Amino acid sequence: MRSAGQTRWGLAIAGWAIALGMFFPILWMFLTSFKTEITAVATPPVVFFHPTLSNYYAVLERADYLAFAKNSILVSLGSTLLALALAIPAAYSLAFFPTRRTRDILLWMLSTKMLPAVGVLVPIYLLWRDLGLLDSVFGLILIDSISVLPIVVWMLFSYFREVPAVILEASRMDGATQTEEVIHVLLPLCAPGIAATALLSIILCWNEAFWSLNLTTVKAATLTAFTASFSSPEGLFWAKLSAASTLSIAPILIFGWISQRQMVRGLSFGAVK
Amino acid sequence: MTGAATTNPGHHHHSRLLLAPSVAMLFLWMVVPLAMTLWFSVERYNLLEPGKSAYAGWVNYRDLLTHRALWVAMGNTLLLVGLVLAVTLAFGTLFCLLLDQEFPGRNICRLLVIAPFFVMPTVSALIWKNMLMNPVFGLFAWITHSLGFGAIEFFSRMPLLSIVLIVGWEWTPFAVLILLPALQSLNPEQVEAARLDGAGPIALFRHIQLPHLLRPMAVVAMIETIFLLSLFAEIYVTTGGGPGLASTNLAYLIFRDALLGWDVGRASAGGVIAIILANIVALFLMRVVGRNLEDLR
Repeated sequence: MRSAGQTRWGLAIAGWAIALGMFFPILWMFLTSFKTEITAVATPPVVFFHPTLSNYYAVLERADYLAFAKNSILVSLGSTLLALALAIPAAYSLAFFPTRRTRDILLWMLSTKMLPAVGVLVPIYLLWRDLGLLDSVFGLILIDSISVLPIVVWMLFSYFREVPAVILEASRMDGATQTEEVIHVLLPLCAPGIAATALLSIILCWNEAFWSLNLTTVKAATLTAFTASFSSPEGLFWAKLSAASTLSIAPILIFGWISQRQMVRGLSFGAVK
Repeated sequence: MTGAATTNPGHHHHSRLLLAPSVAMLFLWMVVPLAMTLWFSVERYNLLEPGKSAYAGWVNYRDLLTHRALWVAMGNTLLLVGLVLAVTLAFGTLFCLLLDQEFPGRNICRLLVIAPFFVMPTVSALIWKNMLMNPVFGLFAWITHSLGFGAIEFFSRMPLLSIVLIVGWEWTPFAVLILLPALQSLNPEQVEAARLDGAGPIALFRHIQLPHLLRPMAVVAMIETIFLLSLFAEIYVTTGGGPGLASTNLAYLIFRDALLGWDVGRASAGGVIAIILANIVALFLMRVVGRNLEDLR
């Protein structure tokens, strides 16, 4: 019989091996971002080296990096705000005034996600071209907010549903209008849930690649498109690629780590409470 | 009582209006491009030959359906979805069982395991393509060399499997993210009772943990399928659909027809086929998720 202590050590080793294995590609990229271009491609790989910040300077000095970063921020924040503005009233209505059709509406909203983006690439491309939305930040905000809308409604609905209707009724007795009731009672009560929803939406929009690769070229291109440009021969500059990638994923990785526990509930569509 | 219906008719009427903007947006999003795709798909319409578009009937479909490319791409699409689902569910479950145990630093381990999910797909694909799988300078090539084997030419010899590896790495954390809380929500008394009855870890998993995980697994499968049916960025960055058609899926095939060949008619016909395929899958998946809403009935 193995002792409990041995089992514990075995578990710890297995757990850490898997964790480090999964994280390794990100860690390797992070390390590479502090190498020179020569040590970055050295064989055998160099683990101990004199770290340099020159790659970060080089990336930040490229004026266009900041333009891409600005577009990513505008698009992910803009799409999230637009989606929340549309989804909060909808989720409020679905959660507090359910009808026979509530379930069908929720499922129908989700089913719009089943329409593969690529199936409508051509018409969206032509429509956006004719409306002058190609390569514009607003055009990308519009399409990203529609694509996260069903998930945002679902998540908010699951949080709103847990607020006892009695609480809202009480405020109504005090003479609050419906808008006041939502703003002063419901939203503060659900603030953590709304924050988690917003963070998830920001993450999805920040990482969205299909539309930003196909609908933007220069002016409105986001960091996903910027990093994709490294797949060309320019990608041979691994250290700079690593620095640019680290800068592009760091904020979202931190957001993700902070909000992961709250996000799960909304993401699991009711399967995890 | 949660979300109980109020009887105030004024509020009730109002609530429809609150729903309207979201429903209208999504309705437009579904109907307008869909109608356009259907319309273009029966047109002869190439952006390189402006003013020459004309009704073409089933020509685009006939061309597509009789050409090998579509069938290869369809097969690759299903293969990618199937393999990635298998990889992520298997490893996701395994990691969860491990992370469910008590050991020092397991919270940090969990954060490290879920990290890849938050990395943008173009960055993930580039890290793997350049720094790990590059046959000359990549880390894997160095490892296989030091073990006395040659370098593996990942993207020319096994392009589809290489993409499965990358995408599996991106989505396994998602499975962990959903399955771990589900596993932890299992009643500890039930687990303890089974242990006292002499159930080993395997029996415990098969008869108690796995049945408890089935529903969240279905949700993981559904969400992953939605995203994987349109898998694009990873292929775009790594193989460009090649060599030949070896790693071209439907999404990439349509992209090639549309934005590289400017053949609107043909790309639209491909789009319609992609939509039909997605709907067949969706029909099955929506039922599973619908069950989570049963308490609304």
